[in-house]
Amino acid sequence: MSKFDNIKNIIVKDQLKLDCGQTISDFPIAYETYGKLNSKKDNAILVFHALTGDQFATDINPITKKDGWWKYALGKGKAIDTNKYFVICANVLGGCMGSFGPSSLNKKTGKPYGNDFPVITINDMVNAQYFLLKHFKIEKLFCVTGGSMGGMQVLQFVANYPNASHTAVPIACTSNHSAQNIGFNELGRQAIMADSNWQNGKYEETNNSPNKGLSVARMAAHITYLSKDALQEKFGRKLQERDDLKFSFDADFQIESYLRHQGSVFVDRFDANSYLYITRAMDYFDLNKKFGGNLSKAFEKSKTKFFIMSFTSDWLYPTPENKEIVIALNSIGADVGFVEIESDKGHDSFLLNVPDFLKTLGNFLNTSYERLHEKRI
Amino acid sequence: MKDYMKKEFRIISNLIEKNSRILDVGCGDGELMSFILNNISQDIRGIEISKTNVQKCISKGLTVIEGDAESDLFQFPDSSFDFVILSQTLQAFLNPEKVLDELLRVGKKAIVTIPNFGHWKVRIDLLLKGTMPVTKSLPHEWYNTPNLHMCTIKDFFNFCDSKKIKFIKSLALNQEKVLDISKSNLGTRNFFSDLGIFLIEN
Repeated sequence: MSKFDNIKNIIVKDQLKLDCGQTISDFPIAYETYGKLNSKKDNAILVFHALTGDQFATDINPITKKDGWWKYALGKGKAIDTNKYFVICANVLGGCMGSFGPSSLNKKTGKPYGNDFPVITINDMVNAQYFLLKHFKIEKLFCVTGGSMGGMQVLQFVANYPNASHTAVPIACTSNHSAQNIGFNELGRQAIMADSNWQNGKYEETNNSPNKGLSVARMAAHITYLSKDALQEKFGRKLQERDDLKFSFDADFQIESYLRHQGSVFVDRFDANSYLYITRAMDYFDLNKKFGGNLSKAFEKSKTKFFIMSFTSDWLYPTPENKEIVIALNSIGADVGFVEIESDKGHDSFLLNVPDFLKTLGNFLNTSYERLHEKRI
Repeated sequence: MKDYMKKEFRIISNLIEKNSRILDVGCGDGELMSFILNNISQDIRGIEISKTNVQKCISKGLTVIEGDAESDLFQFPDSSFDFVILSQTLQAFLNPEKVLDELLRVGKKAIVTIPNFGHWKVRIDLLLKGTMPVTKSLPHEWYNTPNLHMCTIKDFFNFCDSKKIKFIKSLALNQEKVLDISKSNLGTRNFFSDLGIFLIEN
């Protein structure tokens, strides 16, 4: 019995050729849906999750028993209104919530793949999720959306399937990982691999896992998701349940205690090898290079209506990187809207209760949906 | 919508061909865009500097990008729009000449409207009161005006002339009346009109 026995998945029977050269088939893609697909099948939104997300975008995640990662944006009466839209969200290839990933069992050896799992890319993730459209017999989605790595998948999706979605909303993302992005990801990977419990990726065959390394990776990454101002405002130099410094390496400061907590709860829900693979996929993402240094070419064949959002305090995927995508689209006369949302919550703004963001996202979707229907009548 | 604005929008709309491709530069909260979208052409985009206004435009279902006309027009290819509209904004730029050049590069034609600093009421303010003019089309005080480069209808006319920009249509809005502007009546139009509306091309 696996903990994933009761969650939805499709088994992809087709062959999928990966960027690394290997071909996979007969693999699971786990997914969840919200709302109802209408009879015309024209109200479907495919939501892509970020690095540590999963298919349980809203409501209570049945595995972790925690709220879904996009609970503010997605649900009944929310920006992505599930009274109206049918939302599909899948666990990415390489993930650890039921989709084919490094913790899956290798049928040849009878053991988990570990680091024998093929190195996957954003392109592979998107191609794997495309099978869900066939599964639901959806010819054309109403929208593809996601933030951060989810936004990268949105861009890749439109590049790969130019006519598979009416609209695309990439949020707080980039068309290629910067040196700083790669640097931070490498820091996380090195933390995991430096943990002796990692055991060259074969830890699942033992009773130990590299929790310390994974936890440090999460702590470092978590800092990059927040803004300096937000951290300062929330924690400043406040001390953790003590009146004075203890002259030790204990968590004297609240920020230390907070990050340690973030690290420790993360290891309960995330697989270290998945973290290695997914961060690698992000680092390899370079849509510009894939299209001969001209990002516009990625979207040339598409009539998809784009709406891009970034956040003022996001220094991980800052506004100029989002604007590069806008510029590439404008230079080919594509239909693209863009706004930078004022928020002090850093990169994580897209996951949080940022009213301007939520309102604007909802307005874009609803007016686009209405217009689409007007055109048809 | 204020009547005064409505009048301007109707004149602008009359200058635009049906179903042409349009860019509204400094589109504000999208009032003119919505009007055009519903009456003239669905193929309209906007660029606007204020986040609040961009969000209002999105809520109206308009395609708008947040950006600064002074630095962000470069991303549009040459002649990528049939019409580029600049409504009462030219005077607010640091470098109006550069913006005008960009408008005429991006658009096959441009529609530029100018709040007229040569109107007699404006002249009287300065002449008799000795204070910087405040009128309905120029409602700001000197210390808070966004207008860095105020000009008159005559100034703009002569400026375009010197740059060899062609006038396809030059109109003056005087209260409710819309009158043609030509070299011969320039002085009068400049004295009595609130707003100049020019359809120009390179």
